[in-house]
Amino acid sequence: MKIITVDDSSTMRRIIKNTLKRIGYGSDVLEAGDGKEALEVLSNNSVDLIITDWNMPVMDGLAFVKSIRSDSKYDDVPIIMVTTEAAKEDIITALKAGVNNYVVKPFTPDVLKDKIDTVLGKKD
Amino acid sequence: MAKLNVEWINPFIEATEEIIDTVAMIQVKRGNLALKKDSTVAYDVSGIIGITGEATGSIALSFPKKSALAVVSNFTGEDVIGIDNDTTDAIGELTNMIAGRAKKIFSEKNIKLKISVPNVVVGKNHSISTPKNAPSIVIPFESDAGEFAIQVSLMPSDKGKE
Repeated sequence: MKIITVDDSSTMRRIIKNTLKRIGYGSDVLEAGDGKEALEVLSNNSVDLIITDWNMPVMDGLAFVKSIRSDSKYDDVPIIMVTTEAAKEDIITALKAGVNNYVVKPFTPDVLKDKIDTVLGKKD
Repeated sequence: MAKLNVEWINPFIEATEEIIDTVAMIQVKRGNLALKKDSTVAYDVSGIIGITGEATGSIALSFPKKSALAVVSNFTGEDVIGIDNDTTDAIGELTNMIAGRAKKIFSEKNIKLKISVPNVVVGKNHSISTPKNAPSIVIPFESDAGEFAIQVSLMPSDKGKE
């Protein structure tokens, strides 16, 4: 199970990696600091799940998601957006862009696990 | 200078109390609001986020060194010994969470705002640039981790209304 976490905050990348370890998904986690860097990482690595922030410099999460969803080779890769953007219209915008699930910062490990299990089809 | 209704300030106070309590497990006590006439901050480090939409301005989250280290240590679960890149990054993220939470509260009042990525400024008596004629309100907080403050500088406008 390989995951990429995309966030301009190194603190959040560390927190997400530590949380993934706690909930049993932390064995192989790649990192990127913005959407452009993530596309470069993904050009050399295949992943099973993308976890991305929204507000980032260079290429933000929304543009990154749209780029991923325009490429058919990522059709089966679920995307979870983990962001401070918690307004209802923001969540709708992200879902329309192709995000599979949405987590508002700050989050608990249980919430992240629940969202990951859902997008991976591990929930009843 | 324009007046700033308290309804523009309360979401930031509510968001600060909630986020610091949730992510750093530190309960805070709000002090008295004060109107600020200059842009200088006496504390050591500030996270700053620009705001656009139906109001223009910024929110800053400012700490003395001691409080910054305590809050960031609780937030990250790691020992923090100084204001280094990891500490400033964490303060930027805390500011981001507060601005995001406040944005949601405004959204529930049908006020649409956009927030920028955070910038962090380090150094005694640093300045925070604010829009011309925008009032700056400082809200001090006390906590077991020490004192800190937020500074809200906003000019409500018709821009961004749909």
